[in-house]
Amino acid sequence: MSIIEGRFEPNIIITSVDALFNWSRSRSLWPITFGLACCAIEMMATAASRFDQDRLGIFPRPTPRQADCMIVSGTVTAKMGERVRRLYLQMPEPKWVIAMGSCANSGGPYWQHGYHVVKGVDQIIPVDVYIPGCPPRPEALLDGFLKLREKIEQCTIAKKTG
Amino acid sequence: MEIPSYVNRLKEACGAAIEEVSTPLGDLVVLVKADQIVEALNWLKEDEEALFDHFMDLTAVDYIGREPRFEVVIHLVSIPKSQRIRIKVHLDEDDPVMPTITPVYPAANWFERECWDLYGVHFTGHPNLTRIMLYEGFKGHPLRKDYPIKKTQPLMELRKPEVRRSDEAFEPGKNPNNP
Ligand code: SF4
Repeated sequence: MSIIEGRFEPNIIITSVDALFNWSRSRSLWPITFGLACCAIEMMATAASRFDQDRLGIFPRPTPRQADCMIVSGTVTAKMGERVRRLYLQMPEPKWVIAMGSCANSGGPYWQHGYHVVKGVDQIIPVDVYIPGCPPRPEALLDGFLKLREKIEQCTIAKKTG
Repeated sequence: MEIPSYVNRLKEACGAAIEEVSTPLGDLVVLVKADQIVEALNWLKEDEEALFDHFMDLTAVDYIGREPRFEVVIHLVSIPKSQRIRIKVHLDEDDPVMPTITPVYPAANWFERECWDLYGVHFTGHPNLTRIMLYEGFKGHPLRKDYPIKKTQPLMELRKPEVRRSDEAFEPGKNPNNP
């Protein structure tokens, strides 16, 4: 930086592509709007005025084509699991997944028995952040977003060689 | 609880179709033969004193090991008379079939589909007896007591544990979406 520092006029910011991309991606996480069970109520509370996830640049998008991340908030049944995966595949890269609540992490109350529940959404799609709780409080979901931010900030667009 | 007088007239009207009348815990319970259920319900809906105009619930119970094994339970409410009745129908294990009650109570349509889906009780004459909760291609009826307790039938191939562990391992500097 020091070679080019001070060489340009004011109002010009110099950064690396990685830093720019990671900054913009991590500051405008747009989750796709869908909820699966009781955890979805808590997710809606997070979006509402009291916890207000908009102030972090997180606001739900109505279509997977506009979404960067997916909050799997609730019980993933075998019937819904297929749809969840289809939504995930419809999202453009780069994309991230937050598994919210015990059900999405491991099956929750249905972790052992039951004909209908996928025991953890990571059996269907890759998960970046797991949030424990049944249901997790809105603060926990916001914390999950902050953790996801940290993860995104470590990304690089450079391809690994070899 | 006293047995209401219309039950006696129901017995007269339907004869042998009424197998048993009891009042366990203060609820009126009538056991009806499967093949005459529609007549009995029609009578209960039309009679001046009974007037059971509101269908509440239809479900089944699996008493495995008992003969007959299945019991279909119907709950009715009379809004003008403020009274309730529970109707039970016994069905055999090999052949759990009863006539549909949708001609009397159209609201029973989805309840019967659910009952078919989860218990495998067949309702003859039902307009559209297909699965309502579970997906096409599901084998068996999962609320039967002999359905294996841990058996699942996922619609797609599940990811292997090794693969799942590798996306948990987070390497700084590596974009998981652009390896
Ligand atoms: S984790 Fe708990 S609150 Fe969340 S969907 Fe499952 S049962 Fe409901």
